Amino acid sequence: MADPMRIRAKAEGNIATVRVLMSHEMESGQRKDSAGKLIAAWHINEVSATHNGKVILTADWGPAVSKNPFLQFNIKGAKAGDKVGVTWKDNKGDSRTDEATVS
Amino acid sequence: MKRILCTLALAGLAATAVHAQKSAAVLAIEEYRAMLADGNPAELFEAKGEDLWKQKRGPKNASLEQCDLGQGPGVVKAVFVTLPRYFADTNKVQDLESRLVTCMETLQGFDAADIAKTPFGKGEQNNVTALATWIAAESRDMKFNLPQTHAKEQVAYEIGKRLFFQRGGAHDFSCASCHGADNWRIRLQDLPNLTKNPGDGVGFAAWPAYRVSNGQMWSMQLRLNDCYRQQRFPYPGFGSDATVALGVYLGVNSQGSKSIAPAIKR
Repeated sequence: MADPMRIRAKAEGNIATVRVLMSHEMESGQRKDSAGKLIAAWHINEVSATHNGKVILTADWGPAVSKNPFLQFNIKGAKAGDKVGVTWKDNKGDSRTDEATVS
Repeated sequence: MKRILCTLALAGLAATAVHAQKSAAVLAIEEYRAMLADGNPAELFEAKGEDLWKQKRGPKNASLEQCDLGQGPGVVKAVFVTLPRYFADTNKVQDLESRLVTCMETLQGFDAADIAKTPFGKGEQNNVTALATWIAAESRDMKFNLPQTHAKEQVAYEIGKRLFFQRGGAHDFSCASCHGADNWRIRLQDLPNLTKNPGDGVGFAAWPAYRVSNGQMWSMQLRLNDCYRQQRFPYPGFGSDATVALGVYLGVNSQGSKSIAPAIKR
């Protein structure tokens, strides 16, 4: 199973800044191993974020995103105590969901 | 639902002011590093290491919670800044990683020699690195204060010093060839002068660190191993007396400097 994400969410005024760190290999499918064989692509395809259960962001990702990706976004109207959830799915069918509370 | 195509430019961000005069280049690199530091993936390894510490693993199905890192069994806080140090039970000076491997053998029943032979980034070595990252993080912003009271610790310092200046290999290099004076660099990387105290968060006080360029978490053992590779020396053994002695030399030189580990590197 995939390792957990680190999610930090901080409200300032009526905007919350969310910082997400995901643990993923993000293998591009372009690299070769020491034997010269292509290493199969293995990366996150889909990211979505929720604010108190309501989907507020979806993103299609591909092989160009770095290993252990970092994502930052703002939520308008979020305040301390709100729940922020982030989910990713990769091209091998694995997925991971983590939740954090806005502080 | 609005679909946003996110392209993360972070990893591809290049310092553009490369050919400008040094100060501008250095400023650009510093800006780049500051951007990276917000969201240091080392945090992922910290979380993994903390988990591993408490997890029952190995042939003996035990956790590492009774591991003595120098301040008594189970004490993790503030131990990193006192390592490497002498341990009576093994009658050796040990650094964090070699000590962890000792604990993994005595408490969990792993084969220490087997772990030492494993290449970095594979199998149990990944776990040693994650543990070292978390334990180092538990001493963040604390000052290095390596003990130098035991005779073996003093001998290790002297050996480390000699190794630091020992020239050899195909290029007749020593550690001091690159780290022996102020304001030297390799390409764009500033090289700390490690023959004296390089200051807070520089040199010994900056590892373990996450390397953005290859997405790897680097421990001090790997840092030293790669320094020797760059000098065209044969690889030193993992946790060998030579690498620990170098650690003592660098650590004692950093006396009083703050540790920023786990740091982030280019």
